[in-house]
Amino acid sequence: MQLPCLPRRNKDRSNHVNHLMPIQNTSLDAAIQVQGLARVYRMGDSEIRAVNDVTFSVEAGEFVALLGTSGSGKSSLLNLIAGLDTPTAGSVTVAGRDLARMSREELAHYRRSIVGMVFQAFNLVPAMTVLENVELPMRFAEVPREHRMDRARAALERVGLGHRLDHRPSELSGGEQQRASLARALVNHPALLLADEPTGNLDSRTGTEIMDLIHTVNKEGTTVLMVTHERPLAERYASRFIFLRDGKLVEDPAEVTA
Amino acid sequence: MKAGDLVELATRNLRESVLRNSLTTVGISVGVASLVAMLSLGIGLQHLAASRLAKSGLFDSVYVTSGRRIQGPNGRRENRKTPPPPLDEAARQKMAKFEGVAEVYPDVRFPAELKMPSAAAPSSSAKTQTATETSEKSSQTPESQNLREYQLISGLPMSARQLESFDNMKGKYFSSPDAAEIILQSDEAKTLTDKPDDLVGKDVVLRYASRHLLNDDGSASAASEYGAASELSVYAVSPKEATLKVVGLVESKADAGIRGAGSAGAYVPIDLALKLEPMQMTQVRLAGDRDPLANNYSALIVRATRSSRVEEIENQIKQLGYNTFSLLDATRNLRRFFAILDLFLGIFGSLALAVASLGIINTLVMSILERRREIGIMKAIGASDGDVQKLFFAEAGAMGIFGGGIGVLLGWIIGRAINFGTRIYMQRQQQFTPDDVWLVPLWLVLGAIGFSLVVSLLAGLYPAARAARLDPVQALRYD
Repeated sequence: MQLPCLPRRNKDRSNHVNHLMPIQNTSLDAAIQVQGLARVYRMGDSEIRAVNDVTFSVEAGEFVALLGTSGSGKSSLLNLIAGLDTPTAGSVTVAGRDLARMSREELAHYRRSIVGMVFQAFNLVPAMTVLENVELPMRFAEVPREHRMDRARAALERVGLGHRLDHRPSELSGGEQQRASLARALVNHPALLLADEPTGNLDSRTGTEIMDLIHTVNKEGTTVLMVTHERPLAERYASRFIFLRDGKLVEDPAEVTA
Repeated sequence: MKAGDLVELATRNLRESVLRNSLTTVGISVGVASLVAMLSLGIGLQHLAASRLAKSGLFDSVYVTSGRRIQGPNGRRENRKTPPPPLDEAARQKMAKFEGVAEVYPDVRFPAELKMPSAAAPSSSAKTQTATETSEKSSQTPESQNLREYQLISGLPMSARQLESFDNMKGKYFSSPDAAEIILQSDEAKTLTDKPDDLVGKDVVLRYASRHLLNDDGSASAASEYGAASELSVYAVSPKEATLKVVGLVESKADAGIRGAGSAGAYVPIDLALKLEPMQMTQVRLAGDRDPLANNYSALIVRATRSSRVEEIENQIKQLGYNTFSLLDATRNLRRFFAILDLFLGIFGSLALAVASLGIINTLVMSILERRREIGIMKAIGASDGDVQKLFFAEAGAMGIFGGGIGVLLGWIIGRAINFGTRIYMQRQQQFTPDDVWLVPLWLVLGAIGFSLVVSLLAGLYPAARAARLDPVQALRYD
């Protein structure tokens, strides 16, 4: 699919970054440093170490695939990097700021201005039209009303959904929903795109279309961290792989991939 | 998130679960309607009582008597160092200038007989509009030789027209302050004729004791003739008759002001009453005065523009050295009664709103459970805890405002219906004037909507806080 040219992320983003999150150095944008990260869930008397002492880093503009079997802690790790969850130990530093030290308000700001998220289950608001779904993050980012509709339309046209603006998610196919989800993730021009099994609910052809879109986004400067259990897909698009098993990083990819 | 977006999202969310949210809003409406209905009843009754009391003339008047140490209507005796000032025309003018005083008029009441003009009396007297005075001898008829009951005749100012007693009078009020006219109370009129209604437009004869000065030319002869000190004035009291035209009939006795000695059975214009020079019972007090002709009044009635000014006026008059009496304490107690009534009606009305607020809590908590995933999505794409909290607050507030508005309308309709019903009932009772017992002032409309909003926001506190605290990771897993 031929995609219209994406604007340069670094240039555009500066317009939408709030004073709460000063970008210290544009070269550090979306550079992720994970240091000794752990997330322990308590289930009654037992403890589940979903993420266990994980350390790695991602350079700005990289496309990194996070691979692992089901229950290996991939999504937990992604939630920690997205600022949706708080680590039990260790630190996640994105764009020079340690997420563990941020207030809830600062984390919300981080999620709406630095990060875009795509989920396996699309997670569109069913009561809203596709256009309204894509407009929603801009409401939280307090983008002026007069710009919102244009930007939402442009984002949807970019993912090939210009003709589905007023449809509700339930009226769309899985691939179309994921495209809408991707448009929503990109509408605030994030520096970091976090994708949690973006093709998990899609057939291979639709999955490829979505991956092509994500790949294009990456080529235009956005750092991509994608969780998947499909190694062939990762090998095709990602520039680097991180393997996870039982919450820990492993060296041998053979142990974790199908 | 900006306020406009917040309201837009909140109303959109409310529209999504239209049945549940509508039912909750109806619950609030019923609560607000009951509050409005209760309070407007209290306000209406208070207004009705206040206007009726004002019309009764009991609560806006001060009864002023001389400051002399004579048992007055209030029974108070005060020791004074300075002699009391005379209650004369100068005093009347002075009081009339006090702020808040509508008018000051003398209390003129005197006993008299009322009878129909005798057939022998010249018919031309019935047609004249002026009072005609005839001597005892000329009017002596067989009828007048029979003992008749005395009536108390009262002089009324033109402003007494607004008294409740004259609301549904038959005929009309006096044409002028000195017209030779009389208004009869219907029970008293029955003593004159079997068909009192036919009396309107006819003449009646007023027979009364007239007091007039014998030595008004300044000579001392009259005084010495009666063995009195020469410097004292001497009066003669003799029976007189006046023919007056009956212009109206009233059902109830018109108690203009505070009439300690009881209600009058017939009313004449005040200036006419003064002109007749009747012997008033209270004038006995003045009979021994050195100069009783100094136009001293036995009592004055000071009418205030509003009952709330009575206290201030009464104090000013007291400072002049006069004795005063008013029913101020009664109005104060009445106001206290209505304040308490309003409070309790408000509490009962608020109970329904309190129940409705539980409905809001229930609806919003259910909504959180239903929209758990949506809240997770919103947080994942950048909504802060505050945004989520404000969104739920806005939804509660919107239900409050809608419910409040509909409730006020509902309360108003109920009030109108009750007013309609009450009017019909009172009209059927015949002896009552139809009145509105339901009154919805603008402040109540705005207050009720505001109260509904506040209650709704309070009800939204817990659900909003709970939604804001929701863990986005858990919420996104929820199906």
